Amino acid sequence: MPDVAEIDAAEPGASLWRDAWLRLRKNRLAVFGGVALIIITLFCLVGPWLSRYTYEEQDFAQYAKPPSALHWFGTDKLGRDQMTRIMHGGRISLGVGICATLVSLTIGVLYGALAGFLGGKTDAAMMRIVDILYALPFTVFVILLMVVFGRNIVLLFVAIGAVEWLTMARIVRGQVQSLRKQEFIEAALSLGLSQRRIILRHMIPNVLGPVAVYTTLTIPAVMLLEAFLSFLGLGVQPPMSSWGTMIKDGAELMEEFPWLLMIPAAFFSLTLFSLNFLGDGLRDALDVRTSKD
Amino acid sequence: MFRFIAARLLQTIPVLFVVATLTFFMVRLVPGGPFDAERNVPPEIKRELEAYYGLDKPVFQQYLDYLGRLVRGDLGPSYKFANRSVNEMIASTFPVSLQLGGMALGLALLLGITAGVIAALRPNSALDYTASGISMMGICLPTFVLGPLFILVFALNLRWVNASGWFDSADRILPAATLGIAYAAYIARLTRGGMLEILSQDFIRTARAKGASEARIIFRHSLRGGLLPVVSYLGPAAAGILTGSFVIETIFQIPGLGRHFVTSAFNRDFTMVTGIVIFYAVLIVFFNLLVDIVQIWLNPKLKY
Amino acid sequence: MCGLQKIDAMPLLQVKNLRTYFHTRNGVVRAVDGVSFEIEKGQTLGIVGESGSGKSVTCYSMLGLIPQPPGRIESGEAIFDGVDLLKAGPPQLRKIRGKRIAMIFQDPMTSLNPYMRIEDQLIEPLLIHERTDRRRAVELGVQALKDVGIQDAAQRIRSYPHEFSGGMRQRVMIAMALITKPDLLIADEPTTALDVTVQAQIIELVKRMQAERGMAVIWISHDLGVVAGLCQRVNVMYAGRVVESGPTDGIFRTPQHPYNRALQKSIPALQPKGVELYTIAGMPPDLSKPVAGCAFAPRCEFVQDICRTPVELKAGASGQSTACVRVQNGDLKL
Repeated sequence: MPDVAEIDAAEPGASLWRDAWLRLRKNRLAVFGGVALIIITLFCLVGPWLSRYTYEEQDFAQYAKPPSALHWFGTDKLGRDQMTRIMHGGRISLGVGICATLVSLTIGVLYGALAGFLGGKTDAAMMRIVDILYALPFTVFVILLMVVFGRNIVLLFVAIGAVEWLTMARIVRGQVQSLRKQEFIEAALSLGLSQRRIILRHMIPNVLGPVAVYTTLTIPAVMLLEAFLSFLGLGVQPPMSSWGTMIKDGAELMEEFPWLLMIPAAFFSLTLFSLNFLGDGLRDALDVRTSKD
Repeated sequence: MFRFIAARLLQTIPVLFVVATLTFFMVRLVPGGPFDAERNVPPEIKRELEAYYGLDKPVFQQYLDYLGRLVRGDLGPSYKFANRSVNEMIASTFPVSLQLGGMALGLALLLGITAGVIAALRPNSALDYTASGISMMGICLPTFVLGPLFILVFALNLRWVNASGWFDSADRILPAATLGIAYAAYIARLTRGGMLEILSQDFIRTARAKGASEARIIFRHSLRGGLLPVVSYLGPAAAGILTGSFVIETIFQIPGLGRHFVTSAFNRDFTMVTGIVIFYAVLIVFFNLLVDIVQIWLNPKLKY
Repeated sequence: MCGLQKIDAMPLLQVKNLRTYFHTRNGVVRAVDGVSFEIEKGQTLGIVGESGSGKSVTCYSMLGLIPQPPGRIESGEAIFDGVDLLKAGPPQLRKIRGKRIAMIFQDPMTSLNPYMRIEDQLIEPLLIHERTDRRRAVELGVQALKDVGIQDAAQRIRSYPHEFSGGMRQRVMIAMALITKPDLLIADEPTTALDVTVQAQIIELVKRMQAERGMAVIWISHDLGVVAGLCQRVNVMYAGRVVESGPTDGIFRTPQHPYNRALQKSIPALQPKGVELYTIAGMPPDLSKPVAGCAFAPRCEFVQDICRTPVELKAGASGQSTACVRVQNGDLKL
């Protein structure tokens, strides 16, 4: 059926993504963010294998020394190499960020898509719940969860993910809702395309852009929450350490050993910076707008 | 308008009920009672304590008792401070947090709106890029990085203010600035966007054609519409400032409700934690109601 | 003495060789490219042309309402009562805008501020220009609303724009423009966005107000019928230039410039029934590409080589000026 093929060709497929890529490449801040992110990730993933030191190894001759040729980022109070610890902390921070974002992505997309597809009163009720949840101080609940159920890392990202899904649900629901009303979907239906085909060929490619944008923007939000909890002593527990716990430890000793605060803080902020710039750039490139409905 | 407020107030009741129920049972799910951690408590004293707090009754009975007291505004006694009620603790520490949060929010609005308007008046100028760059930094430097840095620079090196404490008015500057700056940055971005949107509208051209001065165009014609995104952000901002105060009060050692909440959470003082969570929920719900009212007042199309 | 007389003889507004270019990323767009015209006190001048021909930009340029950048006024003068509007500084221009020259716009839905009460917008010119005290200004505002035919003006003045229909809003716009009794009203397609019946009411309203107050009106429109019924003189614009100018009667009955002829032929109401409607071949020109001679040449059915040479607007018989070399040379007859 040639008509069907034509409709399929009209979908925002490859060309949309190629245009977006071209636009993204022109955005210097976004490119900077992307490159910085790749470097930081590689540093954290590959770094520990190349490092002369291990994560817990103590150098008894070098207690709390500032950066030197021996220890590029200095050592902490126990004589551990800070660069290696930054790499390991980054693995935890980025790992929690990605895992918790996946949790929030799953909940948000399912909830939003369901509300969007069902429509009508169910949709109104579901979105009203989201509105109400938006208004509640959720971080408080995460703290409560961490206190009540112990400070377990799996629980940590489940709890964070369970808090950060609201915006994603709104975005997806809005997209599905507006797509349902769009003419090319009706045209596809009238041409006899199956529901499955419509969802696969039209809905998913259209929802993918906004979801990609908000996933990129959720990761820094999640990392911030993890570091916040770790700073309060409610997040990642020793002997594991994330950038958040390193900032906390560094802040306690900053008067004598400022590098213990500065270096993890710099890594953490640079990562947030990069992710936000990349997310903003993606949003502009894909021309996604925030909307409440 | 009155009907709207009444309807919204009625809506808050189920929300608060759910919050209270959720926190109550979540806390009861913890293995072991609140006094298990203390080793040197003899069994008879422990029994007495449990009777005092009503912990010997069935859980559902405890829940009904709790709700009953809650309706009367009584959040119950503290588990850790035997002689003090949760209400008293909140009453003694919340004013400090309110002052901190109020100053932070005020600062955020003042700085954010000013920077946003300036950036919007000269879009894509050096001034605009500077304002946008600074606000991006404000967003990416979390309070727990900024706070210690501020102490390091302004208290320990320059010795302008004290590093911690809450005694004289100079002690308020650093904490309020640390807490407010991230929100100032976000508000600046929202203001810039809102103002640019309004300034590109046809009715601004009408105002110019009437001979209105630039100042009049900004203050009388644009600000009201341009600030709508900022107003709808105030709800989340208040919630964020509230939770942000946990960290700020810990860093600057301020005797506020936030630090008290975190300590209570560590001490497993469950009545205290439950009580504070409910108090926070009430606070946020009412603040959101206030924001909605301001929004209706600002946007004539929403009139009830 | 001689000088005084000269001032008396001067038109209310005299525009000479106005050029407004927009410097965009895709090149320089010559939106207005050498426009000259004048208007006497109490006169009504129509400016017609298709969208993008520079009608509105001409008027916005005079009032300093062009966003700069990207817009830039490259040359010309616009003498209004002895003041060159194009060289006046912003404060001086603000004193004239809304006081002596008022404007109404195309879309009354978006031209009123949705966040302000009608009252505050309506009396604003009085507060800005005449320092009227507020109570007196509100009284004048209510009277102005009554004058434009709004019932219950004293109550309705407290409303917001969204509580009014499109036609009512345009009435409010007119009341607002006229509240300072300006010498010149510029109407930028004020009826385009309205229903046909409402259009007629608004045109009648402007006619009545003009008769009562004796102000001059520049009426910008692409609706030739409206202009024919309202204006004494008409400028026909094409690609940022005036191609023909003269008394309304001549412009409509004896069009000279091939573009104006084509325009007249494409009005359905003026053609005998059953004849296929005339359309102008080709596309409107790309204003970012400089044209050597007549901008209409590529679409003109009478085009010759001579049309590629520069051409000026020149007065011909019966006070009608035409910017067509062949008409000027007399080798193109009706």
